[in-house]
Amino acid sequence: MSIEVNIKKTIGNFHLESEFEAGQEIFALLGASGCGKSMTLKCIAGIETPDEGRIVINGRVVFDSAKRINLPPRKRKVGYMFQDYALFPNMTVEENIMSGMGKKPPMDKVREYVERFQLTGLEKRLPSQISGGQKQRVALARMMASQPEILLLDEPLSALDSYLKWQMEEELLEMLSQVHKTVLFVSHSRDEVYHLCHRVCLVNKGRIETIQEKKEFFRNPRTVAAARISGCRNISAARKTGPHELEAADWGMRFVTERDVPDDLAFVGARAHEIKAEYTEKRIPGRMLAEPNKSCMKVEKLLEQQFESELVLQCTENGKNQMRLLMDKKRAAAYAREEAIEIFIPDEALLLLTK
Amino acid sequence: MADILQSLDWSPLLISLKTGVVATIVSFFLGIFAADRVVHAGPKVKAVADGILTLPMVLPPTVAGFFLLLIFSRRRPFGIFLFDTFGITVVQTWAGCILAATVIAFPLMYRNARAAFEQLDINLIYAGRTLGMSDVKIFWKIVVPNAGPGIISGTILTFARALGEYGATSMLAGNIPGKTSTISQKIAMVIQDGDYMTAGFWVIIIMLIAFGIIVAMNVVAGKNLKNIHRW
Repeated sequence: MSIEVNIKKTIGNFHLESEFEAGQEIFALLGASGCGKSMTLKCIAGIETPDEGRIVINGRVVFDSAKRINLPPRKRKVGYMFQDYALFPNMTVEENIMSGMGKKPPMDKVREYVERFQLTGLEKRLPSQISGGQKQRVALARMMASQPEILLLDEPLSALDSYLKWQMEEELLEMLSQVHKTVLFVSHSRDEVYHLCHRVCLVNKGRIETIQEKKEFFRNPRTVAAARISGCRNISAARKTGPHELEAADWGMRFVTERDVPDDLAFVGARAHEIKAEYTEKRIPGRMLAEPNKSCMKVEKLLEQQFESELVLQCTENGKNQMRLLMDKKRAAAYAREEAIEIFIPDEALLLLTK
Repeated sequence: MADILQSLDWSPLLISLKTGVVATIVSFFLGIFAADRVVHAGPKVKAVADGILTLPMVLPPTVAGFFLLLIFSRRRPFGIFLFDTFGITVVQTWAGCILAATVIAFPLMYRNARAAFEQLDINLIYAGRTLGMSDVKIFWKIVVPNAGPGIISGTILTFARALGEYGATSMLAGNIPGKTSTISQKIAMVIQDGDYMTAGFWVIIIMLIAFGIIVAMNVVAGKNLKNIHRW
């Protein structure tokens, strides 16, 4: 159970270069919309043709530009789930499931899928007569009934509202953990990826930036794009000043770290939850402090959220760059009454990022 | 009025209906086929092919009649070939009625089918492909049913147009009573004789037929497509 992808494709002035391998796992292609992740999936399915490269599914070469191999989608044995499910609106639930099962599929097989995906009683309904969650189940059932060797899921949850999404995420996870196949999961949502996937491949502007274990990706992103998509709100341009020292220009801060600072360091990040705050009286806001990893910043505003609050600080005198801190509501409200507060970014909260 | 009904020759009704039905059936398949081809063609081929296929709709029917005569006249190479090899005569026959009506009505079918195909969610076709369906199966099981509203309205318009075709028909098939005399030709003929009673009778007949068919098809379409439409 594996897939090897190494493809290139140019459309207008967009260049896609995708190279990765995945085994029997749930492999996420994570990236902002328009980054080329869906295009990669379409190339694997055979809906789009890459300009050059090679795609191998479970040892079968389905595309090889050098050998002029390009199997049509129906011979690739891939299951593709579309964002809006692409159920056939003219066919009943049952007919949709049967559509990928070849000529005259045995009815007990069809019933098996209907039951497995909890669609009993809906067999004769049209897609327009069932709910969003049920539609997703039909799409899954239809995909699984066609006996694919690999599953390609193209933003399967983004068409659902947040309550249903949470529920379907669980169902999807349960189903995917039972199939024992390679699953490629395209998404722009870090929550989905965090809940469902094993490894994360970050796609940025048509290129693959990093491939990391999920937990490693979220704990320790390596590039600025990875940090952003993993939810890091505070990012500053940075410069290496010593083997263990660096300077963050946008924040007006300098740092000492136990880690080796990479030579190509370009940015530094700090998660809004992990920044510590202190009351201060003496210090002048905006001035770089003698102590590393610390600064004094002016309180700009308080943004209340449902369960916690976001404190927005001005990093430097001119006030252009902001630092965002997330903390419980009471503490945030207390800090918000101060003119300035002292912040401390511990070494372990600091993300050392390359371009 | 009673006199008219007693002495009336009903053959124009039969000829018009037969012509309309046959021309619609031919246009239905040719129109869908042409639309499918044009949708998948490259942009340049598309522009030219679309122009040629739509031309009969925008030109005066007499221009189409002129070209049809030019091609099918038994004094012309293709007309001679048809007659010598297959024994088919088009000019001044019922076959001419059908040909004229088909040429004039075809663009309506083609354009409606094409618009319907272009509006179809492309992912439905991709889904069919990844599910292992053949292109032929995708076309008849997914594309045509989901393009239903456009195809049905195309069929209605094609039939209505074919039923009332006059200009090209009169040039190609002529107005031979009992053979090629359609309702619209009959109306024109009796008007020339000043027989407004007979003309009026046929006018009412053709209006009733056209209106009845369109209403009936709308009812059928409304029933079948309600669910698909809003999806």
